[in-house]
This record gives sequence, C-alpha cells and structure tokens, in this order.
Amino acid sequence: MRLLKLIPDNTNVQFLKWQWPTTFLSVVLMIGSIVLLFTQGLNQGVDFVGGQMIRVTFTQSQDAPVAALRSEIEHLGYGEPIIQTYGAPNSVSIRLRLPAGSDTNAGLADAMSKRVSASVKTAHPDARIDGVDSVSGKVSKELGWTAFKALGFAAIAISIYIWIRFEWQFGVGTLISLVHDVILTVGLFALTQMEFDLTAVAAILTVIGYSLNDTIVVYDRIRENLKKYRRMPTEQLLDLSINETLHRTVMTSVTILMALCALLFLGPKVIFAFSAAMILGIVVATYSSIYAAAPMLLWLKVTSNSFVPTETELERQERLARERK
Amino acid sequence: MLDFPRWKQVWLWFVTLACAAAAVPSIFAIAGLTWPSVLPHPIVNLGLDLAGGSHLLLEADSNQIRQLRLEQMEESVRARMAKSEPRIGIGDVSTKDGKVAFMLNDPSKADAAREELQTLTNGAGTTGQRDWDLAINGGLIELTPTEAGLKQSADQAMGAAVEVVRKRIDKMGTREPTIIRQGSSRILVQVPGLSDPKALKEQLGQTAKLEFKLVDTTASPNDRTQGVAQPGTQLVPFASPEKDGLVPLAVFRLGGINGDQLTQATASNDPKTNESIVEISFNQQGGTKFAKLTSENVGKPFAIILDGKVISAPSINEPILGGQARISGNFSAASAQALAINLASGALPVDLKVIEERTVGPDLGADSIRSGIIAMLVGTGAIMLLIAVSYGRFGIYANLALVINVLMILGLMAVLGATLTLPGIAGFVLTIGAAVDANVLINERIREERHRGRRVMQAVETGYTEASRTIFDANITHFIAAALMFIFGSGPIKGFAVVLIIGIATSVFTAVYLTRMWVALWLRRARPTELHI
Repeated sequence: MRLLKLIPDNTNVQFLKWQWPTTFLSVVLMIGSIVLLFTQGLNQGVDFVGGQMIRVTFTQSQDAPVAALRSEIEHLGYGEPIIQTYGAPNSVSIRLRLPAGSDTNAGLADAMSKRVSASVKTAHPDARIDGVDSVSGKVSKELGWTAFKALGFAAIAISIYIWIRFEWQFGVGTLISLVHDVILTVGLFALTQMEFDLTAVAAILTVIGYSLNDTIVVYDRIRENLKKYRRMPTEQLLDLSINETLHRTVMTSVTILMALCALLFLGPKVIFAFSAAMILGIVVATYSSIYAAAPMLLWLKVTSNSFVPTETELERQERLARERK
Repeated sequence: MLDFPRWKQVWLWFVTLACAAAAVPSIFAIAGLTWPSVLPHPIVNLGLDLAGGSHLLLEADSNQIRQLRLEQMEESVRARMAKSEPRIGIGDVSTKDGKVAFMLNDPSKADAAREELQTLTNGAGTTGQRDWDLAINGGLIELTPTEAGLKQSADQAMGAAVEVVRKRIDKMGTREPTIIRQGSSRILVQVPGLSDPKALKEQLGQTAKLEFKLVDTTASPNDRTQGVAQPGTQLVPFASPEKDGLVPLAVFRLGGINGDQLTQATASNDPKTNESIVEISFNQQGGTKFAKLTSENVGKPFAIILDGKVISAPSINEPILGGQARISGNFSAASAQALAINLASGALPVDLKVIEERTVGPDLGADSIRSGIIAMLVGTGAIMLLIAVSYGRFGIYANLALVINVLMILGLMAVLGATLTLPGIAGFVLTIGAAVDANVLINERIREERHRGRRVMQAVETGYTEASRTIFDANITHFIAAALMFIFGSGPIKGFAVVLIIGIATSVFTAVYLTRMWVALWLRRARPTELHI
C-alpha cells in the first residue's frame, strides 16, 4: 500500500522569496487588529466586567427570538441587555449589568435574574434556562487581573526558556511571532465581537503554547543546519530548513485542526468561540512559524558563526593534542 | 536501540497498564454502567459545567472580623477588671477607631492595670508574638490589635465559618457539596445537581446570631427616635418595622445571653396561635444562665435579637428553668425551618456575602458531555485514520500510543482527584492533536534519515534521538504555558490547564517511550531491510 503524503518529498519551495509581501500582510493584519481593538473594542463577558449572564435555549425553535427578547427585557427596566447567540442559533446569552446597590444587597441581583427568567419563560414557553452567572465588580476585576498575569508570566517565562536554550536572535524571533499570533487572535475577537471571557484567555494561552511549539521545531532545524552547512548562505539555509520540516508542520497542523474542527462543529456549543479562536490561532501560528520567525533570523543576521562553540582552555589543549597525532 | 532489556519493558508496561486501568471505572460511569463497588473505584470528578449545579463564592467582611475581635476584647477587659483584687475601677469602654480604649477611675492604678492586661495581650501561639499592643497614657488605656493577631483571628473566624457552612449545607440534605476556603476571606461552595441556589443562598446569607438582651424601659421614646443611646445600652431596630414600629428598642449591651449555647433547634407550630415558631434547647451552662436571667427579671421585657434586629420582645412572665425556649417572630414555615437549621449549626462568626455565582442547568451539562464525547471520538478517529495512512506500521504504533494516552489521562485524573470541566474536554481534544505531533516528528525524521541513505536501524535510532530533543523543547514550552494557566488562572482556565499538564506528561511517555519499545521489539524480531514509512 502506498502511504499518503500530504506534501511531496524533497520540496524546494523558496519561502523567503515571499518574505516582503508576507511581512507586509502580517503588519497590515496586526495594525488592523489593533485598530479594531481600539475602535470596536472587545465584547467582554461578565467574567471581566461583572454583571449577570443568563443562558437560554429555545428548544422548539430554529432561531432564538433575539429582537423580541431585547424589547421584553428592556421593559423590565434593568437597562439595555446584550443578547447574543452562542454555539447554536437557538441558544442565547443575555447579559445585564448588576442593579445599582447590589454590592451591599445580594437580593437585588437575585431578583433581577428571577424577573428576567420569568419574563422570558412566559413570553416563550419553549425557553429553557441553562444557567445564570452573576459576577460582582470586585471579582471581575480580580479575574481580569489574574488572566492578565497568566498571559504576562507565560510570555516572560517562555522567552527566558528560549533565551537559555537558543541564541538571542531566536528568542527575539520567537517573541515577535508570538506577539503576532496573539494580536491576530485577539483581533478576531474584536472583529467578530464574540464574547471575550476566561475561556477566551485559555484559548489565547493555548495558541501561545502552540505558536512556540511550531516555531521551536523550525528553529531547532535551522540551528542544526547552521552547524552542518557552515558555508551555505543564510537565506538558502532557512529555506532548506523550512522545507525539511514542512511535512511535519503541515501534518501536525492538519491533525490539530481536525481535532479542533470536530470540537467546533460537533462539540459543546458553550465553547464554540473558544474552538473558533484556537482554529484561527493555529492557522496563524503555522503561518508565522514560517513567515515571521524565519525571516526574523535573517534580519537579525544569524550566521553559522553564531554557533561556534566557545572553547575552554582544556578543550583547546585536547584539540591540539588530537591534531598533533 | 534494539537493546530493550526485559526490566525496562516490564516497567513501561506496568506504568501503562496501571494508569489505563485507573480509567476503567470512569469509563463505566460515563457509559452509565455500574462498576462493582468492592473494587477500587477512582472516578474522575465532573465539573459543574458538565454535571450541572451551582457555584457560589462567598466573602467575609474583614472589617467585621476586626470589630468582632474588639468586642471580644472589651468583654475580656471588663471581666478581668471586675475580678481584679484590689478592684481597678474603669469608665466606659469604647471600641471605636480600631482599638479598645477606656479610662481608669484612678490613674495611679495604671501599673496594676498593666499587669492585669498583660496576659490578655499575649498571643495564643508559642511564638511569643503579641496579639495586642498596650498603650498607657496617664489614666487612658488603649489596646490595639497587631497585624499578626488580626490575621490569626481572621483565620480562626474563617475556619469556623467554613465549618458552620458545611454543617448548614449538610443539614439541608445536599449531596456531595464541595466547600473550600479560598484566600484569606473567601469560601467557595459548589453543589452539583443544584440548579436553583436560592434556598442555599438564603441559608448561607443568614448569620443566625441569636441574642437575648434585657430591654431598658427607662429610655425615652424621644431619645430612641433620635438614635441617642444611654451609656451601657444600645438601640436595636425591629426586624419587621411595619408591625412593631420604626422606633428602635433600647437594650442593655451586657448581661445578655447568646445563641452559642444551644444544643438543639427545631421548627414547629404554636398549638394556640398556629404561628410558626422555633423551639430551642440550651446546654447545661446556657440553661443555667437563662434560668438566672429570667428569674431575676420576672415582669420585665427582654428582646430576642437575630442578626442585629429585634424579632420579638416579650415580657418574662415566669422564670424559665427547663433550659428550653420558644422563639416567635413573624416566621413563615420555611423561614422557621431555615432558622432552626442555622441555629442548630451555630452562628456564622462573620457575615458572608455572595460575590460570584454561577449555575448550570442539568440539560446544558448533559448536552455538553454528549457533544464533547462525540467531538472527541470523531476527532480522534479522523486523526488515527490520517496517521495510519501516512505512516503505515509506524502509524499503527502511534495510534496505539494515542489510545493509551487518552486512557492514561483519564486514569491519572481519576487517581489525582482532578476535575474534568468543559474546557477540560477541549484540553483533551487538543492534547490528542498535540500528542500526535511527537510521533509525526519522529516518523518524519526517520523517513528523512532513510532518504539520506542511512540503514534501517541507524535511521530509526537517529530519528528517535534527534526528534526527542525537539519534542523535549516543544513540550517544555507547552508545559510552561499550562503551568502558568494552572497557577494564575481561575475557573475554566484552571480546568483546561489540568488536562494539558497531565496530557503533556502522558503524551511524551506514550509517544516517545512506548512506541520506541514497540518499534525496537519489531525491528529485533523482523529484522527488516526496508522501511515502509
């Protein structure tokens, strides 16, 4: 039986020929994401801004009656609700700010969730209340801060690790491709206005982990080749390394994407946004391991000389002794 | 490479089978089968997002703990001074501004007072740390709690609060609640299967501090309306002002009895009025005190105060000697029942407030499990097919490792008592995708080495060694990300990180060590001259 090959053997694609157009594309996408982040902003969930979220599924309907819900809930006088479908078109999350004074009187938040649920159920008999999340302002601030800390420490710890294991140029390259991937993933949240909550942070952290994994595999091969082919021009050497690892890069991305697509289309609808963010993150990370991480080494002037091991005196004497023989 | 000693094989198989066997009870549980209970049955816990249920985060007010400590000190100071020989007279004690302060009637007794108070200010521990700072300035004595002392008392209060919460929830008949103290002032309560936590919140929201205090009948209604309390008394509002009036009642601060000394509390009906009441029984000591209080004050009214509000203020018709009493106060049947549970479990040392609440309906949880499992099976199936057609025999080995990997993650989670949450399922799916990466790296490398003309054995050997280094680097970074998620993350992030961390360990084990053993044994047996990879 012939084995399947997603990519033919011995490819010789000149990836770096495209380094300028792709860099241009990356920069444009990054700027676009940042602009979106500042203009549209993130649609932050109750995890980060506090408030109450009620999840409702309309078991007998194809589509949730979002417009009707909005006007019904507005009539209750708790302010304007944010109503979004999630996962499936017949499931919605309804978000409201906690009523004033609920910091001291917990009953107010309860009364709100009760009135909203009751009103939804009366107007729509097939409504099934799937859960209520109430997060006070105090807790949401802490959740936001811990999520931020987790992201910050992850980036720092990983850069330190790369810096120890590789040369500094690799560390810079890894960080830049990491930042690239995170910005684009966050940009997706700003663009689609999917709810940005704790699960979204978990998705971003995973993308960070994967982005590094991918970059490291390519870098590891570049380092190996730099030692092996000392005379090869850097550009050619980078292309060779990318080509050598290309089948692996594609294989792994495809397998992970297959798993994630199963999760996106068949999996729990509550984590739809999470799966979607990871899928984009992984596509972007695969792209950046080739087009951000590798050219970065070229611009930072990595050469074979970066890897000449510094000889200790003892090693030098041993080498001289060997040469004399 | 071929040299795989027997002991190493036995050891690898032992670890594999032990972990995988631990997963079997969980699989039984998920499939809805019963696992014989005589056998050990570690079952992976399902998070609330899968099992359905309620999650409440309660916070204690730290100012209240501070104030409580001052009041306790006030009691001790009074008792100590009253007992002192010769007696040291003191003026009114204030607990304002975070310290206990009072004046000596005779400033020359300052040294004697210092001696008496010295023992009260020492810490309970053996560290010799002081719990209170004592300052004497002429006739003015001030006791300020030290940070260490405050921390310790907050610690004790929270420890006691957790116990009280546990008792109350148990008495409600709730199944398998999780009650964990978090940080210095929080308690996390998780109750699987409870989709409406209203009753639970009401039960926990009541401090249930019951006090019996004598009413100061001399206080003028005018003073009471204006909120002026005479020295030694305090004003307490009524719990139902619509019935009892808006004017607070003046009661004597000291000399009352509180609800700590109860042995039992039950809800029942007053046979005469058919009103809901709570019957309480005092323990020996409480009963004696109660008898003394009621004997000495026949004909006078006393106030029954619940959580700082007067629920009724009956007159003492006759001494109550049996150590039993009935409390009435506009209860409904349900609120009498709730109060009885709370009184019997003891008062909370501090008020608890719900600062975060999440509930998941049982249907959504069940939907999530079902679709999560389907996604996992489909995803895994597709991956296994791709790997098998891409790498042939080596792919089969990788797939076998993958199945074992899934079992090991589940088994380890069950044994470690980790909780599987919805993001955890996503973590599972992701780990399956990532676990394959190790085998992809190895197999690609072997293929490459063959193309470069290495002989079979050498190609396999080099493939494993060279790829292992990359796998190691890649997994360490993954691990760093997962560990930080676990340390700093909360809720869903943590649930996701648990699976990733365990998954990273097991996938390296299965994808690198197990497949290596299988490949080595096959090479030794078949001695192939060509690799189909």
